[in-house]
Amino acid sequence: MTIESVNFIRSIITPLNKSNVDTDQIIPKQFLKLISKTGFGKYLFYNWRFDSNGKKITKFVLNDQIYKNSKILVTRDNFGCGSSREHAVWALIDYGFKVIIAPSFADIFYENCFKNRLLPIITTDKVINKLITFKSKMEINLSSQTIKINSDLINFEIDAIKKQNILDGLDYIGLTFKYKSKIEDYEKNSNVPSIL
Amino acid sequence: MTQTLYEKIWDSHIITKQNKSSLLYVDRHFIHEVTSPQAFDGLRLNRRHVRRPDLTIATVDHNVPTVDRSLPILDQTSKIQINTLENNCREFGITIFGMQSEYQGIVHVIGPQLGITLPGTTIVCGDSHTSTHGAFGALAFGIGTSDVEHVLATQTIWTQKSKSFKIIINGKQNSAITAKDIILFIIRTIGTSGGTGTVIEYTGDVVKNFSMEQRMTICNMSIEAGARAGLIAPDEKTFDYLRNKKYTPANYESLVDLWKLNLHSDKNATFDKEININISRITPQVSWGTNPSMVSDVTSIIPYPKQYSKNDPNKLEEAKNALKYMGLKPGTPITDISIDRVFIGSCTNARLEDLIDAAKIVEGNKVSSHVKAIIVPGSQMVKKQAENLGLHKIFKRANFEWRESGCSMCLGMNDDFLLPGERCASTSNRNFEGRQGTGGRTHLVSPIMAAAAALYGHFVDVRELMSNDN
Repeated sequence: MTIESVNFIRSIITPLNKSNVDTDQIIPKQFLKLISKTGFGKYLFYNWRFDSNGKKITKFVLNDQIYKNSKILVTRDNFGCGSSREHAVWALIDYGFKVIIAPSFADIFYENCFKNRLLPIITTDKVINKLITFKSKMEINLSSQTIKINSDLINFEIDAIKKQNILDGLDYIGLTFKYKSKIEDYEKNSNVPSIL
Repeated sequence: MTQTLYEKIWDSHIITKQNKSSLLYVDRHFIHEVTSPQAFDGLRLNRRHVRRPDLTIATVDHNVPTVDRSLPILDQTSKIQINTLENNCREFGITIFGMQSEYQGIVHVIGPQLGITLPGTTIVCGDSHTSTHGAFGALAFGIGTSDVEHVLATQTIWTQKSKSFKIIINGKQNSAITAKDIILFIIRTIGTSGGTGTVIEYTGDVVKNFSMEQRMTICNMSIEAGARAGLIAPDEKTFDYLRNKKYTPANYESLVDLWKLNLHSDKNATFDKEININISRITPQVSWGTNPSMVSDVTSIIPYPKQYSKNDPNKLEEAKNALKYMGLKPGTPITDISIDRVFIGSCTNARLEDLIDAAKIVEGNKVSSHVKAIIVPGSQMVKKQAENLGLHKIFKRANFEWRESGCSMCLGMNDDFLLPGERCASTSNRNFEGRQGTGGRTHLVSPIMAAAAALYGHFVDVRELMSNDN
């Protein structure tokens, strides 16, 4: 049996063959009023998953039973564009995704992923074309920074600290406290006054 | 060594570096009710406090009702979120402009109006339209809730330097062509990810001649082109705008002297990317699709997906889906599109000049009988200024509803939203599916184009109504 840690994922791919998927689609605004970080999964892609009567829209990919336990979402350019809402990342995680693969991500969404240990992988259109039609299980190894489909190994890039955070779950705030004296020095020399 | 304005602000705020990431000091932090509750929970959970409550300002904008502020909020979830922010601010000692405050308003409208936004500073907020403040030569960008918590606890943020992108805007600006048309034209030209990974600095004669409010409209929508931030070098207009506001610093004039020396890109500074935009021949812009790059000239038609996509299969599919969602047929003249609703508001276009311009179109006319039109001023201060000029009377006489300030129908988190199938001429920034209400159809336009559409019940070329000036 394979133990699925954040480091190693083996799963079938949920193909979301769309570019410019914005965070308003990932988690519509009516669900932003929750004041916790959990429970957003059932609202993921809500307006694409359910019609106005709350009935499942069968042709939407997330409603296909084949993908029920998928941990990997493969999509197109500029995923996560628009609003900065971290709720989009919370919803993807709560639903069960651990990895999102796309040719590009919107900047704020990309940053938000790492803060929640959701792994965004950037790869080429050519690889995406291959993945989006791949029906069997694929493997992702974060330590070696590789994607494996069949016997093909494809490397991906990731910033070292970001990688470490996905693996170990860093306390960013705790880390920053180490620089407390530098922050104090900066404040002493700053000519930007307090607001009040 | 020559530097861009972005590099100067960046360098002057570095606390430390680690690999590709830098820890930047944050001079100003804005918070609102939607993206902050989980951040405060995190602080409580780890027994942390807010490092600099005096550098943080809160207001309620996304959820607030715009109809009657004396009535209780009926939506319980909105009420909880608003109360949560008030309680958190009390607990952590943060100044908040609540529902009843004369300073309440959309966070990106009140920041500059109160003199909190300052040139050369770093500004963050859990809201993507924080890019608005770049109009003052501040490095301002949106962040997620985890980073909101980090900034509250440390007054700093870990971030990676973006590439620099210079957009030079030149040409002759017809008075019917607003900053909104220009930024829509830019996004249409470079695409919704054309600015991804960059900070855009806008320069050129057109930008120099812009008012501060027009500059804010341009910087506001930088995020719609994917950019982390928009930036405009400060000048006398900038300094004048911020003088004598409620929170203008006591040492303001000495700061201005410093800013004059430093806050500009050096003459030979190199940018990673550079484009020229000539606006002499552009017409009023109207979005037809479900992202802000899907835009046509008002004199044109709904495009044919094949032509639009230029053989890109993803774009073809995207255009077909967009037209299906929008209920539009290729080849339809833009001016044949009837609308049900008009929304003049949002952090893009709800400032005093926007309302003055819209009022000039509206004055002496009536809203078409089948259109429901609302004006939502960006802040209580904007509302009061407009009322002092009598604008509310012009709008009300024309059957516009004159509302209280907030984000309102830009994202429809309060009671102002589109019903399924309703079509809206909107001065907001996003035409995403369901953005203004599930099933609602948004067309992004300028305030004067929205005002004109309200009167006629369909899009019109607003230049025809402004024939006397050119």
